[in-house]
Amino acid sequence: MEIRIDRAAVDRCRTLAAAIVAPVEEFIDAHSTVSVERAVLRLLGVDGVGPDDVPAANLIVDSLTVEQRSRGVALAFGRALAETGLTPASLGEAIAGGSRRLADYDDVPEAAAAGALRPHVDAALKQLSSRRAERNALLERLPQQPAPLLYVIVASGNIYEDRTAAVAAAEAGAQVIAVIRSTGQSLLDFVPYGPTTEGFGGTYATQANFRIMRAALDEVSEKLGRYVMLTNYASGLCMPEIAAMAAIERLDMLLNDSMYGILFRDINMKRTFVDQHFSRALNAYSGIIINTGEDNYLTTADAVEQAPAVLASQFINEEFAHRAGLPDAQIGLGDAYEIDPDLQDGFLYQVAQAQLERQIFPDAPLKYMPPTKHMTGDVFKGHLIDALFNLTSVMTGQTIHLCGMLTEAIHTPYLADRALSLENARYIMNTARHFGDEITVRPGGRIERRANDVLAGCERLLERVAELGLMPAIDAATFADVKRSPDGGRGYDGVFERAAGYVNPFLRALRGEPVTA
Amino acid sequence: MSGFVKPYGDTMNDGKVQLSFTLPVEWSEAADEAARQLAVKMGLRDVQVVDGRRIAEGFSFFVVYASTPHGIDADAIQAPSARTHGMSMEEIDAYVAERIGRKVRVAGACIGTDAHTVGIDAILNMKGYKGDYGLERYHEFETYNLGSQVAVEDLVAFAKRHQVDAILASQVVTQKGSDLKNFTQLAELLEAEGLRDRIVLICGGPRVTNLMAGELGYDAGFGRGTLPSEVAAFVAVTLAERLARRPVSIGVEAT
Repeated sequence: MEIRIDRAAVDRCRTLAAAIVAPVEEFIDAHSTVSVERAVLRLLGVDGVGPDDVPAANLIVDSLTVEQRSRGVALAFGRALAETGLTPASLGEAIAGGSRRLADYDDVPEAAAAGALRPHVDAALKQLSSRRAERNALLERLPQQPAPLLYVIVASGNIYEDRTAAVAAAEAGAQVIAVIRSTGQSLLDFVPYGPTTEGFGGTYATQANFRIMRAALDEVSEKLGRYVMLTNYASGLCMPEIAAMAAIERLDMLLNDSMYGILFRDINMKRTFVDQHFSRALNAYSGIIINTGEDNYLTTADAVEQAPAVLASQFINEEFAHRAGLPDAQIGLGDAYEIDPDLQDGFLYQVAQAQLERQIFPDAPLKYMPPTKHMTGDVFKGHLIDALFNLTSVMTGQTIHLCGMLTEAIHTPYLADRALSLENARYIMNTARHFGDEITVRPGGRIERRANDVLAGCERLLERVAELGLMPAIDAATFADVKRSPDGGRGYDGVFERAAGYVNPFLRALRGEPVTA
Repeated sequence: MSGFVKPYGDTMNDGKVQLSFTLPVEWSEAADEAARQLAVKMGLRDVQVVDGRRIAEGFSFFVVYASTPHGIDADAIQAPSARTHGMSMEEIDAYVAERIGRKVRVAGACIGTDAHTVGIDAILNMKGYKGDYGLERYHEFETYNLGSQVAVEDLVAFAKRHQVDAILASQVVTQKGSDLKNFTQLAELLEAEGLRDRIVLICGGPRVTNLMAGELGYDAGFGRGTLPSEVAAFVAVTLAERLARRPVSIGVEAT
């Protein structure tokens, strides 16, 4: 299937996206955040918690003076490493426990700090590379089923129950498992520690929980002869830290959007822009596929009206992702099947939008989200709507397919809900596997007209944003009708300007540039 | 409704029901029989396990049709709805102008850690739901949508500061009773702050019923399918009635 689309308009949209993102990148290059600094510590090997379960990474970054912080935690920490000869893990424990203070090492020469950091930076990068190589080897030996990759969520609150559900889902055909986070975790300015068995609406993302789930999925992957992927959320206030943990524990995908937290979680925009950059640089290096969150535009407003905004956000997400070093094959741009089922020809609009995105982003592993907004509790109708969503996905060649649940809007999925959902998807995608290859879209018809209307609307929106600038545009409620001010929102106090001589030993290395102190 | 009734399949009083469930056992013919006997234990008769199959290692799924011997006197059941006023946006605006004589201040929020604003947005956002405009569109309503994950304390402080007339608290996530806990906490805090009597307190969400709302100490509860005008009408009428009972309008206290 191929829609005739205005290619020149697509090129103009990309040019506009580049113009929109460039000034924000200048801001990003001049700033860091507490979460970026904590991610640096975690990559160096700092782990564990101090008094009151506060993570060591938080305790260390919070102990920095304003001046120390403006040079990056790596410098102060490196000085202490050089002077004490401790490993990063032991030094982290000592600072968290209160027996050592970073303030005591300000006189150690910077060159000594750089020298002390270098082996640990190298070891961290080597670990990330080896986790990536491990994934590639597994994918080679245990190949996945063809896309759309069937993606389901588990969300019991208890990682051990999640494990049971995830293994069952994998056996029922799931190819990607996402562990939904406990509601509210996105607003925590720290990452909880250890295995967890309580959560609301989901399970806390912790490094221990990542490890438990990865081990279970590795086991079932061997049994099924196909690699089952694991997903979590690098969103909220701790994007870079989650990205670091996910890289270490070999997660395969991360929800990671350049604007989602700003619009839908009221996280400060400067915080988010800086955090998304470092987290994406980590994702790029680790081979992790990001999933962007455009589906959220559709759940909070009308899906027909918001279609141009979805596309505009995809262009912006793509540009931010490229600038963080992500190749197209790791940019899972998002969309969702959310048009009102009562709308005549709504299915045609869905096909138009999905195919338009497929053609504009041919190498991106597009992430397609299921209907949620118009799911009512009528499980029978819900199952039908999901079937049309499944058909749209297979005929337009979507890559990552989040299976819709017939019990959406009722409860977090039961084991049987997931099995029924997977049966639905497998049935439709098998019976209509090559449908998309066999049909042509009528020139000048409803689908083609709709696709080009959306594209034109997207271009107009991007023009407006480019004119205003991205931050003022968000302040003017250009996206999702949500107004956020540049200095408002959560986490703004964790953003700071880099001083001359700021050190983040991973930033350049992740981009493949030589590590020099 | 017509008195004593039983579920209806294709014949009056046949009592037909359908249900489905999962048992944590490997599928076998014995598993089908276990499902059948379980349905019998539930009190069902003429049980037919029409589908039974393995859905995961150690788990089987069953679809059952059966007859229930029970019936219910539907006429004797009371579940008063709050969705009864049946006024249009224009009628509600006119009603407020005439009976209250100033704008009605409404604050809405998804409380606790719940991040699902789809319900509160449907009621408050200009666009509304199913062609019924949201409260932001009303001339006589001043609406504050505080969004998602609003702490109960913050909502109460906001209500106090802005002298709001009505609070709409929304909960979509119901896991482990978090919705009931948050709703209760809000009602108790308003009570403790001495604000409860002057505020029309409303809860909403896909699992909310008006009956449950009453038990939690709310003025009304609105469940799935609720239209913004139904909420607006309830707020307007309840507030007008309350103000009529009280000599000093709270509008006078606002500065």
